[in-house]
Amino acid sequence: MYKFNYQQPSSVEEAIALFKSSEDPKFISGGMTLLPTMKLRLAQPSDLIDLNAVADFAGITASENTLTIGAGTRHADVAGSDVVGRMIPALAHLADSIGDPQVRNRGTIGGSIANNDPAADYPAGVLGLNATVVTDRREIAADDFFAGMFETVLEDDEIVIAVRFPVPKRAAYVKFPNPASRYAVVGVMVAECAGAIRVAVTGAGPCVYRFTAMEAALSKDFSSDAIKGIPCEQDGLNEDIHASAEYRAHLVGVIAQRAVAAAG
Amino acid sequence: MKVQLSVNGREVEAEAETRTLLVDLLRDELRLTGTHVGCDTSQCGACVVHVDGRSVKSCTLLAAQANGCEVTTIEGLADGDQLHPLQAAFKEEHGLQCGFCTPGMIMSSADLLSRNTDPSEKEIRDWLEGNICRCTGYHNIVKAVQTAAKQMRD
Repeated sequence: MYKFNYQQPSSVEEAIALFKSSEDPKFISGGMTLLPTMKLRLAQPSDLIDLNAVADFAGITASENTLTIGAGTRHADVAGSDVVGRMIPALAHLADSIGDPQVRNRGTIGGSIANNDPAADYPAGVLGLNATVVTDRREIAADDFFAGMFETVLEDDEIVIAVRFPVPKRAAYVKFPNPASRYAVVGVMVAECAGAIRVAVTGAGPCVYRFTAMEAALSKDFSSDAIKGIPCEQDGLNEDIHASAEYRAHLVGVIAQRAVAAAG
Repeated sequence: MKVQLSVNGREVEAEAETRTLLVDLLRDELRLTGTHVGCDTSQCGACVVHVDGRSVKSCTLLAAQANGCEVTTIEGLADGDQLHPLQAAFKEEHGLQCGFCTPGMIMSSADLLSRNTDPSEKEIRDWLEGNICRCTGYHNIVKAVQTAAKQMRD
């Protein structure tokens, strides 16, 4: 790693002020992507602003129809939460499928969605469940949040505070994990929320996206048969040593059907 | 920067660069070389230690981030000459060959057993997802964790 200044603010305001006064800063939360990237010298921030000591940054609160998860909440805490398991079991399952136990003990939901890795699980959860991203300055609908590969609409000094999930009528997340990293080769969140069906796909393309043709078919008939044979275009899908675009396109159909079956 | 932490119950204070990883502080400064670095890319789990009661990969945590925390390493498990049940079970069940991954395997398993006193074989295998062993084929590692779990329950 290159040298950097390390800052540990105790409030969001302080974190933003530090960010503004630093040359080329980065926020760090769980650090499960950023630290490995810095170790490879692919990132070289002048200042690392650690959000782990920010007050009230982690925690899960529930109201009748919504579940709010603090940005600093670790994957293990979402996976093991009774209230998440009761209200949105698909989300607890998603969190439990990320990486390995030690990654889940550090990684956070805010860090995951701000990083927006094309193969990360949480973007599919946030988009598929029609969540709202709450930042220090605004609320952003999931449909508007994810902008491209490793890109979101967050401003440089903007901090995700929490993610608010409406409780769906039914939902399921199924992924085909890379056998080594457990990142999604393809992952699909299917959910029915407020009468609308949403199908969010991660891993397949450069950025999480909704499969609207499947949503339309499932709105008429919520069954895995209803989406059988809906073509998934290969154009623009990811292609790497793990899977070709053709293979990923095929997987999207298979995994989406499994998710529909699991959502019941 | 100055880093203060409790390691295996002992209060320590060390001078570390901000970029110093926890594992390097443990090994190079505190000379606790039981914690290993296998891959250095957060995958192999040889460096697993406990920070405030949770297993983490100490190659993917800054020493600065452990400031003020309680850290337990493999050296902190045994009670004097009395091996921890997991250490004894790894020995008994031949859960190691070269032994390089063993500290991480044991620290990871200790975290599992603190949450689940009677894990199934599948739960053990799932939990050890982030620990790679190149010798044993995992079979005896899983057996060792089962044996230790039983001993700790009895």
